[in-house]
Amino acid sequence: MNCSALRGGAAVLKDITLGQYFPGDTVIHRLDPRTKILVLIVYITALFFAETPVTYALMALCLAAAIWISRIKLSVMVRGLKPLVLVIVLTSILNILYTKGEPLFSFWIITVTREGVMNAVKISVRIIMLVMGTFMLTYTTSPIMLTYGLELLMGPLKKLKVPVHELAMMMSMALRLIPTLIEETDKIISAQKARGAEFDTGNLFEKARAMLPILVPLFISAFRRADELATAMEARCYHGGENRTRLNVLKLRLRDGMALGLSAAVLGGVIVLVNMGI
Amino acid sequence: MSDIAIKIDGLTYFYPADEGTAPVDVLRGLTLELESGSFTAVLGHNGSGKSTLARHLNALLLPKGGSVYVFGMDTRMEELVLEIRRRVGMVFQNPDNQIVSNVVEEDVAFAPENLGVPSPEIRERVDEALKMVGMYEFRNHAPHLLSGGQRQRIAIAGVLAMRPKCVVFDEPTAMLDPRGREEVMGIIYKLRREYGSTVILITHHMEEAARADRVIVMDSGLVAMDGSPREVFSNVEELSALGLDVPEETRLLYELRREGLNVPLCALDARECAGALAKYFKKTGDIPSGSRTERNADGK
Repeated sequence: MNCSALRGGAAVLKDITLGQYFPGDTVIHRLDPRTKILVLIVYITALFFAETPVTYALMALCLAAAIWISRIKLSVMVRGLKPLVLVIVLTSILNILYTKGEPLFSFWIITVTREGVMNAVKISVRIIMLVMGTFMLTYTTSPIMLTYGLELLMGPLKKLKVPVHELAMMMSMALRLIPTLIEETDKIISAQKARGAEFDTGNLFEKARAMLPILVPLFISAFRRADELATAMEARCYHGGENRTRLNVLKLRLRDGMALGLSAAVLGGVIVLVNMGI
Repeated sequence: MSDIAIKIDGLTYFYPADEGTAPVDVLRGLTLELESGSFTAVLGHNGSGKSTLARHLNALLLPKGGSVYVFGMDTRMEELVLEIRRRVGMVFQNPDNQIVSNVVEEDVAFAPENLGVPSPEIRERVDEALKMVGMYEFRNHAPHLLSGGQRQRIAIAGVLAMRPKCVVFDEPTAMLDPRGREEVMGIIYKLRREYGSTVILITHHMEEAARADRVIVMDSGLVAMDGSPREVFSNVEELSALGLDVPEETRLLYELRREGLNVPLCALDARECAGALAKYFKKTGDIPSGSRTERNADGK
């Protein structure tokens, strides 16, 4: 029983695909990170404009096309959604319960309305598509490229004394450490289980308390790691963003223009369709 | 070859103490010269100050007393810090805490990027460094999916991309399995042999130190012993008193001598040890089981 529980714990952690990057050589991988970030922003905007089934279908089609082109496995996408199940279920329930309108059926003090169900479906689809779209960005863009793109996009803010390079570097380090810390958590859980700690029994409060022996060592080790990483970076001549060059210099190409144009067209299309009531 | 790479004169260092306690001296007037192109191993038990010494070699720590000159540059000169760190690369114990990117080649590019090397040359340096450590095929991989030995090789490549003249290895194999240790040591020897780099290896493993030109043993912040591996390892008693072991082969010969056998005292590897024993038995005509000795020579 302990053994299966152990593996269970590890599997949950492996589901965290946040910040993961799947190297590849597709058009989407090769797009400029700036383009990808802008396209994502346009995509999210369009997603919030989408109201009608037709517009949702259009957005879904775009997403599906992007996934297909990038050759990211659908199973990976779905796996990344798992931690969101609770959020989706909760928002759905709240929407079903609290939307007024034409009642479908009543049960005790609960009245389920047609609009409520529609809203729940809409919002669930919206969350799923939102998250999948964001995954498309992080799955196909290496963290360094991603932060490089962000740094360039936020470049104008430097004039306002915003520490753009530092923010980008912090984000890049955070993304870099996610897999390492997941591995570490896995080890700590195993070690605590080997000493008889139980994480799966008891009520919610007891379960939360049981997390303490995981979190404390994890924090200590994270601080130690951060310290060592900073020393290693200094040893490799890191001295902030001044005079830094890059292995791969970003250059906007034709494909970037096309991707931006296409996403703008989709956004326009969605707005027009919604206004026409289709 | 006889240039001085590193010159340390009367180096003292203490870590800032917690409130209410006196600061503990870690280095106490250490004086040392390291020749350019040499391979030096630094031994010492925990707390002998060897890692603190290492961190002085590329200005991560600055002397509290005395001085450290790296290729003629004083580490206390603030404006020389980058130049010093570019010349003296440093590889640490845990590869996970040195790697800055989720992609191998981007990690290797980190140092040249910091130095402001033009992009085409960064590409050149990255490819060269990755080929040197035999990780070129993995350039697009994610480091956390590789083995410990492979990760450490990437960390080494990340340092080599600076094209340093000197590389300090601070217990680079302590967290690795025997196979990873072999891989990393192979690269260290290659670095020395093919690139003529000055190598300083801080280690716990006697077998690793046995292959250096010079072994320095540290004890409570000072150089306790200094000489060729053969000279240093011959002092079995003195090493034991400093809390260190000698290579197993030397230990065996030492014990045999104590039993009154007239064998040479020092052997740095299994082959040399077996050879010495075979010679001894041949000379005395007392061959207990010659074939087994032969097998020993091939084994291990």
